[in-house]
Order: sequence, then structure tokens, then C-alpha cells
Amino acid sequence: MNEMSCQFLVIGAGPGGYVAAIRAGQLGLDTVVVDSIKPGGTCLNIGCIPSKALIHAADEYFRMREAAAAEAIPGVTAGTPSLDWSDVVGWKDGIVNRLNNGVTGLFKKARVKLVEGRARFVDGKTVIVTSETGEQRISAETVVIATGSEPIALKTLPFGGKVISSTEALSLSAPPETLAVVGGGYIGVELGTAFAKAGSRVTIVEAADEILPLYDGDLVKPVRQRLQKLGVTVMTGATAQGLAGEDGDLIIETTKGEERRIACDRVLVTVGRRPVTEGWGRDELVLEMDGPFIRTDDSRRTAMCGVYAIGDVAGEPMLAHKAMAEGEMVAEIAAGHRRVFDHRAIPTVCFTDPEIVTVGLSPLGAKAAGIETTIGRFPLSASGRAMSLDREDGFVRVVARTDNHLVLGIEAVGATVSELSAAFSLALEMGACLEDVAGTIHAHPTLGESFQEAALAALGKALHV
Amino acid sequence: MGTVTIRLPDVGEGVAEAELVEWHVEVGDPVKEDMTLAAVMTDKATVDIPSPVDGTVNWLAGAIGDTIAVGSPLVKLEVDGPGGTEPEANPQEQLQTGDDPSERPSENIAPAAGDQHASQRADKTADDHFRSTVPPPRAPQRKAGEKPLAAPAVRRRAMEAGIDLRRVAGSGPAGRILADDLDAYLEAGDTTAPGRAAMVDTTVTEVKIAGLRRRIAEKMETASRRIAHITYVDEIDMEAVEQLRAAMNKDRRDDRPKLTLLPFLMKALVIAVREQPVMNALYDDEAGILHQHGGVHIGVAAQTGSGLMVPVARHCEARDIWSCAGELARLSEAAKAGTAKREELSGSTITITSLGALGGIATTPIINHPEVAIIGVNKMEVRPVWDGSQFVPRRRMNLSSSFDHRVIDGYDAAVFVQRIKTLLETPAMIFVEASA
Repeated sequence: MNEMSCQFLVIGAGPGGYVAAIRAGQLGLDTVVVDSIKPGGTCLNIGCIPSKALIHAADEYFRMREAAAAEAIPGVTAGTPSLDWSDVVGWKDGIVNRLNNGVTGLFKKARVKLVEGRARFVDGKTVIVTSETGEQRISAETVVIATGSEPIALKTLPFGGKVISSTEALSLSAPPETLAVVGGGYIGVELGTAFAKAGSRVTIVEAADEILPLYDGDLVKPVRQRLQKLGVTVMTGATAQGLAGEDGDLIIETTKGEERRIACDRVLVTVGRRPVTEGWGRDELVLEMDGPFIRTDDSRRTAMCGVYAIGDVAGEPMLAHKAMAEGEMVAEIAAGHRRVFDHRAIPTVCFTDPEIVTVGLSPLGAKAAGIETTIGRFPLSASGRAMSLDREDGFVRVVARTDNHLVLGIEAVGATVSELSAAFSLALEMGACLEDVAGTIHAHPTLGESFQEAALAALGKALHV
Repeated sequence: MGTVTIRLPDVGEGVAEAELVEWHVEVGDPVKEDMTLAAVMTDKATVDIPSPVDGTVNWLAGAIGDTIAVGSPLVKLEVDGPGGTEPEANPQEQLQTGDDPSERPSENIAPAAGDQHASQRADKTADDHFRSTVPPPRAPQRKAGEKPLAAPAVRRRAMEAGIDLRRVAGSGPAGRILADDLDAYLEAGDTTAPGRAAMVDTTVTEVKIAGLRRRIAEKMETASRRIAHITYVDEIDMEAVEQLRAAMNKDRRDDRPKLTLLPFLMKALVIAVREQPVMNALYDDEAGILHQHGGVHIGVAAQTGSGLMVPVARHCEARDIWSCAGELARLSEAAKAGTAKREELSGSTITITSLGALGGIATTPIINHPEVAIIGVNKMEVRPVWDGSQFVPRRRMNLSSSFDHRVIDGYDAAVFVQRIKTLLETPAMIFVEASA
């Protein structure tokens, strides 16, 4: 067996792992990163990036269909568009491939060694990597567990056959004629919307009272309206019971206990993700757990000396940008710097239509925390830019403390508002007060102005509403 | 309505200027007759300047630390009636004492001085002679569990410096901790933080040398520059004098002060200078004349809250030991309380300096210019002494004495110290010689 030793060993080359490895390499640590798939993890290979590519492609196709049906901006018409989904998937794969190569290039630049294969812990300092070419033993001073997460399967709807996860949904050769999405969280609604735009008849089945249950009704409402316009059927309070036969209809049960059958070519199960804590020799280590996650402190140290855990395996929120921040941090700690994960804001973005951005506390969250708040809201229907984009649905909402006007949370729903997340997060990280946001000149005409206007509204000084 | 100009009065014989050490009023304050307006410091005494009239302050002469010449304007008051009880030197100010008060807004008279004063006032701390440029850090006003508010760059810097930002007060909006707040905290020194990393400290704090400190600095500089110091250290056996002192204290009358060592030394000095009058002298080096004084006025250097002071026990040649002790106690009390009068802080002809328990083994005292000798008292301690057959424990003490080598040779200095040593080791001689 080949043997190798290094200073910094990362298990998993997803957003957390690859950032940790690059930063460690930059800091001069002898670094090895191990993954069985191409670098980039779920995010780059089967998550964020490919889904955004397909969502955009479906949206482009949908606009052309609107133009062809004279439903777009008056005067803009088009002939009947066509869609070759396998070409779209090929284009998406091209993007993924370019980014895979990009990460590989960054590894080279930072003198990080990438080892392909499945890692399995022997002890807290050693893993054995199994690949097609054999086994390799790697020992390290510092080990980072960045094994990520995977889709949760339903017992009643195990993956296989027509039941697919988000991974398969991103590589279908054609949009299914009929698609049932089980689980109305952000992944299900994003992909359901994309397939609806690409021509599928989509039904979203959600067990809770409302889709996107992490968000309050005000934020979800514009999404619900859009789904209705797209012809997506949304069934809430409904649970999937299984398929009628091996290839039959999806059977669901409503809150009233009624059984319904939904004819569908594919069933996309998106009921959440769980951390990958099996299959890499966790039993060989003495790690404390925190529910399904590995327990870590605020520097992402596990219960074992020199063993860190970052990203989805180390706790909520399971978001790439959180993992990246943790990866950078643990590499710097390993290089001898003092660091803790001390961020005020981790933004979340739903690439639904319209998009939803939230950072910090929601009005309800602030209320639950017992904080007296002032809320400012600016509807996009009052934004000139929103009108000129032909998308007036949505709003920006700012939650601030009443006593000192400290901004606690910022939320927005609207087309392309994901790009506002940078401004929102910066405001929270810098400890901005309403006056800071209101006193910043925002470019006109942009959707970003709505942030300033919402702050002005909270101060009782709104100009444009 | 009119303006009264209060000028810096003659605050002491031969004093041409004084340093402003405290303002008791600000522009706009109403004042009553006899109310204190300012404190100025001359040679070594602080003098309060009272207001001669009722009125309202509309001008102040300068900032703390400024030197004001005797006779120059110190404060201007707006008063009922004609004002101008002292002639105005500045024609422009003459105009402003005209009949129409509406043309004389007080802030136009000396805005610069007023503003400067205001900013000084804002920065004033309890110890205003030694004002640091860094205001003392305030306690953070944050509820328990509330995260400190600071930009990521500030949080990173705090982390690297090992500072828990929860301990740092924020001066920004909503209590935000600014970079400056962190700097101030670091400069103030976070000694209680657990696990603080050692870090390079590049801060420089400016302390204005003003008031008494500046007087001391000037005096020390003069003494050090002009006098050729020679320091002579010898050891004295203190057993006899300590036994005598204990006996005298034990049987002393109620109206007599408790004796410390210093009165014995003062009396020994009186005897020694009688034999070597060159030691009890003021040397006018510019005129080339040594003024040998008949009266022995012993300055006793004392550390007070505001710095070094030298109250003077006058005419020790005419005092007995009890009187010396009483005068010494009274003067050091007055110096510490800041109530010593100017004449009690000047006029010495020879000086004793003692740091008490901190006396050390040897010191190199700086002569109180223009005197020519200073006697430094070091720590008394029990030391082993060889008595010819064995070591015996004896209370011993060093005297470190400096002399102006321009007028006193080393030989004379040694004779002088030996004389004091003999007198203290055989203390009965102090009383025999005193009456001789």
C-alpha cells in the first residue's frame, strides 16, 4: 500500500473542503484533499451550479414561449421556440466541467494534492483511500471532515425507477411530461418551477400547511401566485404514501385522510438533505454527535484533537457559503491563526420564481426573541426598475430594533433579488443601523434602491410610497 | 453693561509669570464676587484667583498649561454697570465695551480661546496635570447574551489580539465597536482577559508635562546642568539613636509630637554645618558668590499626590528636637494636603531627601539648586556586623549625600558626612553639642 503523510488532510472536496485545502495550501501547509467525485462537491456537480443553469435555461425557454403567445412585453413576439433538453443538459455539464477544472487548477496553484477515491478513517490521524488504482494510506497532523450531505429518501418512495432525487433530475434527457415533486422546500420548488417552465405538468406535494415552510406567508405569497400562473398544482397538507404498483401513480393522503392519485412520469423526492456521517469510518473515531451532525465548537473542532468538521456534516444551515467560510477558517487555524466562526449573517437564497433572499432575523424571529422591532417594507410595484423589468411582484423588508435602529434582518422576494443578498449581508455584518442604509446613495434605477426605501420606510421617511 | 478685565495679580515675590493649572469657570458661567475663577501655579505654590465682582464670564486667557504673565488679562467678565475697572489694552476690545450691548455678542470676543477651552474641559480627567490623549475605556452597555456589534475587520483584529469584544465598549451608533474603540481598549491594557496573546504594542501616549511636574522638570534640569555633583555614601550604625528615639517616644509628654528619625538628623545637620558653614549656603554661580547662611533652613523633600514638594523647616538652629519634629509633621501634612504656603515651600539652605521604607541601599540625590548639599536617607535594616569575634545583628542605614563639587571638595564632603555619622552613632553628642 502506498503511504503518504501531510500536514493538512481534507476529506471531501466540496465548497467547504476545497476552500479549506486551497487556503491551507496558500498558507504553506502540505495539503491533501480526497474525494471520489470531481472537485466541487454537491454544490458544483449536482447542486447549486447545475440547478441554476437549468433554471435559467428553462426560464429563457419560457420567456420565448410567452413571446410566441404574445404574453410578453407588448411588441415583443417570437415564433414557436423549441427545446432540446439534452443540449441544455450538455451546456449545463459544460459549465460544471469548466468549474471542476477551475477548482483543480486552483489546487495546483496552491500546491494542494488531490487524491481521487473513497476515504475511510483508520484513526484520528490516518485514512485509507480506495480507488480504482488501489489503496493508499494517508496520515496527517490535521484532518478536516467535509463529507457533506445527501438527499433524504422516503421509505414509501425509495429512489429508483421513476422516483428520482435532485441529482437525477439535473441530468434527465428530457423534461418529463408529468412530474410530481414530493417536498415543497426550496429544492423542490426551484426544480418544479424549472420543469414547469420547460413544459412539464408539475404537481408539488407538501406535508406542511404551506410550501417553503421556512419562510413566512408574506414571502411565499408571490411565489405561490407565480406557480399558479405557471400552471403548477400545489397540494399542501398532503403526504406521499407510495406508488400504486411499481410504475403506477403517486398515492397521496390529504389532511382530511382522503387518498388521491397523481399520474406522473417522474416523482422527484426533495424532502431534505442529511449529513453524510456513514461510509467513511466514523466508528473508528471518537466523535460527539449533535443530532445527525458532528458536534463542533465555534472553531469547528470536533471532540478529537486535530480533527475538524465543516460544512453540511457539521450542522445547519447546510449552505455552500457557510461551508466555504468554515473551510477558510479551519485552514487558518491549522496554520496557527486565531479564528472563530463569528459571523452575524449567513444569507439564504431561494432561486424560485420570484427569488427569495433572507438574512438575519425575520419579523417573527425577532418577536420570538423578545425584541421590540420596527419594520420597513418597500413593494417592488413602486420601483421603476421592477416595472421596466416587467416584474413588479415582491418587496424588500427590513427589520430593525426600535430602540437603536440596529438592522436585525433583511428579506426580499422578487425577480433577481438574489443579487441583493450581498448588500443585505454586508449591512448586517457591519452592524448597520437604519440610518446607515437610508443614508447610503443607492444607484437609480436599480432594485437595490428598494433596500434604501425600506430603511426609510422603517424610519417613517419613505419617499416613494 | 460693561466688561471687567481681571488680570493675573502679583502672586508672589519676584514672580513674573504663572502657569494656568485649572479653570473653575467656563465662558458663559455666571460668577459671584470672591468665587474662584482659576488656579495658577508659581514656583511651587498653587494660587487661587478669586473674582473681584459679580458678572458673567465672556473670555478666558488660555488653556491649561499655558503660562500667563503677571499683569496680563486672565478673565473678562460681563458686568452690570460701566465695567472696565481696569484699562483695556486692546483698542478693539475698547470698542466692544461701547454702549450698545447688542453689537457685542460674547462669542465674538475671543472665540478661539473659548473653543480651545471647551475642548480642554471635555478632556479633563481627575488628574488633569497628567492628561493622557486616550480617554479611559468605558464599560460596555450591552445586555447579557447580546453579541457585540462590530465590523468583521474589527472582530478579526480583536480575535487576533485575544480580546473578547464583549468587554469592549462601542462608541458607534447602536453601540457599534469601532476600530478606535478597540485601539483605546488595547491601549488601556486588557490585563484581565484570559489567554491574551502577547502582541507588539506600537502605541505612543502623549502626556503633557504641566503644572508642578513642569516646575520639577525645570528645577531638575537646572540643577543637573549647572551643578557638578559628587555623591558620597556611608553606612551608619543606628542602634544607639534608635534606642534613644524609642526611649524618648515612650516617655514623651502628651503635647509633644512623636519623634521620627528625621529630627535627629536635622539636629545633627545643624551641628555639622556649624563646623562647615560652606555646606549651608546658596551659590550664586553667575555672580560667583557663595552666600553662607547663619540660619539653617532645612528643606525636606516630600512626595505628595501631585508630585515632589520640598517644605522648609526654618531656623532649625533655634529649634529643639521636639520643635523640629512638630514643624516637620505640620509641614508635610500641609504639603500633602496642598495647603502649604509659598514661603513654606521655598527658602531652604540645605535639603534632606528620604524615601522612607523605599529608601534603597544608595541613591544619587540631585541638589536643590542653588543649595550646595543634599542628604539622602536610605533604608534602615538589620545587617550582620562583625564585632571582632562574631557577627551581630545591628540596625544600619546608609546616607547618600550629594555636594556641589564646584565649591565643596570631596575631602570636605567626607568630613561632613563623617561628622553626621559620629553624631548619629553617639546621639548624646547631638544634645551636648547643641547646647554648647
